[in-house]
Amino acid sequence: MIRSLVQSLSIQQRVIGALLRREMLTRYGRNNIGFLWLFVEPMLFTLVMTAIWSVRRAGMDIPVVVFAITGYPVAMIWRNCVSRGKKAITPNNALLYHRNVRVLDIFVSRITLEIAGAVAAFLFLVILFIYFGWIEPPQNLLKILSGLLLTAWLGAALALVIGALAERFDVVDRLWSPFSFFLFISSGVFYLVDWLPPFAREYVLWLPMVHGIELVRDGYFGRLFHAHYDIGYLLFCCMLLSFLGLAMVRQAGKSVELP
Amino acid sequence: MIVVKNVVKSYKTRRGPNTVLDGVNLTIEKGEKAGILGRNGSGKSTLIRLLGGIERPDRGSIMRTMSVSWPLAFKGAFQGSLTGLDNLRFICRVYGTSAEDKIPHVEAFSELGRYLREPVKTYSSGMKARLAFALSMAIEFDCYLIDEVMAVGDSRFHDKCRYELHEKRKDRSMILVSHNPKEIRKHCSVFYVLHEAALVRFDDPDAAYAYYKRVG
Repeated sequence: MIRSLVQSLSIQQRVIGALLRREMLTRYGRNNIGFLWLFVEPMLFTLVMTAIWSVRRAGMDIPVVVFAITGYPVAMIWRNCVSRGKKAITPNNALLYHRNVRVLDIFVSRITLEIAGAVAAFLFLVILFIYFGWIEPPQNLLKILSGLLLTAWLGAALALVIGALAERFDVVDRLWSPFSFFLFISSGVFYLVDWLPPFAREYVLWLPMVHGIELVRDGYFGRLFHAHYDIGYLLFCCMLLSFLGLAMVRQAGKSVELP
Repeated sequence: MIVVKNVVKSYKTRRGPNTVLDGVNLTIEKGEKAGILGRNGSGKSTLIRLLGGIERPDRGSIMRTMSVSWPLAFKGAFQGSLTGLDNLRFICRVYGTSAEDKIPHVEAFSELGRYLREPVKTYSSGMKARLAFALSMAIEFDCYLIDEVMAVGDSRFHDKCRYELHEKRKDRSMILVSHNPKEIRKHCSVFYVLHEAALVRFDDPDAAYAYYKRVG
């Protein structure tokens, strides 16, 4: 039994590797312009936000660039995951004619690529900005990394759930973009939880994304503000969504329609 | 060997479940060539998918002790922006073999020339069919599932496909699905007719055709 498990794991690994390369070519193309966009988009957003906030920084004692760079690029991790998970099955369903390719493999390869890209973009921007002296180096690297890791996990789990749902119900596919915009606005990209009145804090802290961003910010400039997050809650959300997502993707795999 | 035992498969429709296969039994020995006849929509492709392990039966079991190909008719999961060569590499990775030593053969068979290194979206439908078939032949299997493969391409291409499948690989098992009697009569030794979710076996092609005509 252990031998067959090892064997299926090695097949799984091979298939995901093959899918990853395929995704890389289709996502970023052969010329590296596609890959460049991955960095340009969050950089532009960070710069625009910096510009806006620099004009009206009323009573803010946190450097605007640092605040901006720990916002959008971090939210991009979960947002991109979900948007890639949403169209994972149907455009790729012909791949399922190869017995060893499973629906979950398609999800895993797409999500992995997305996380790698978004995290690389974040780290690249931070290093670039530090190099040019626009921001100070981070205070606690471990907190930043665990914040990124948990946000990535959350994004992956959410991508499974939304991806499986959108496959089944067209309405989820359509409603996700307004809903995701709402989540994005409320996820802490534009504010620190500490700036909110206490009653509002309670509400936004229901959103697991907020905890991730606060954790990254605590790691970056924790001495400058009072961070509000609960790693336990974030972990709980990740695990719950993962179980849900895995079960739903399994179900979607059974009922997938082949061309 | 492939052993199919009491397989039931149904699909959901708006008017309730539609049973496509109901208690199907089938055994394919190593080297055996079976032809499956059935009208459009009789469940031939479903049976092929189950044999290939792409879908699971609702009930019953399918045991495979030899390697089984993917259904050969299928036009390939070609992403337009990938080249023919990318697709070859993908398939080889999925099946765990090296691609490099297969390039010359795929090049020769598909006759794509320099287009093998161009995106598939620039291909004509004939080129796509040639690529799909060449890729199918890049991986060796004990048993080939062939679902109306001869439906595409010109006669020269058909001859080449026939040579690859029925001459070069005549020691392998084959399951040929078609509604074209000639094709099946020529290449198969066992015959099945799929009708109203049941599979009936014949050893004699004439008997199989007589039955097929009567029920079809």
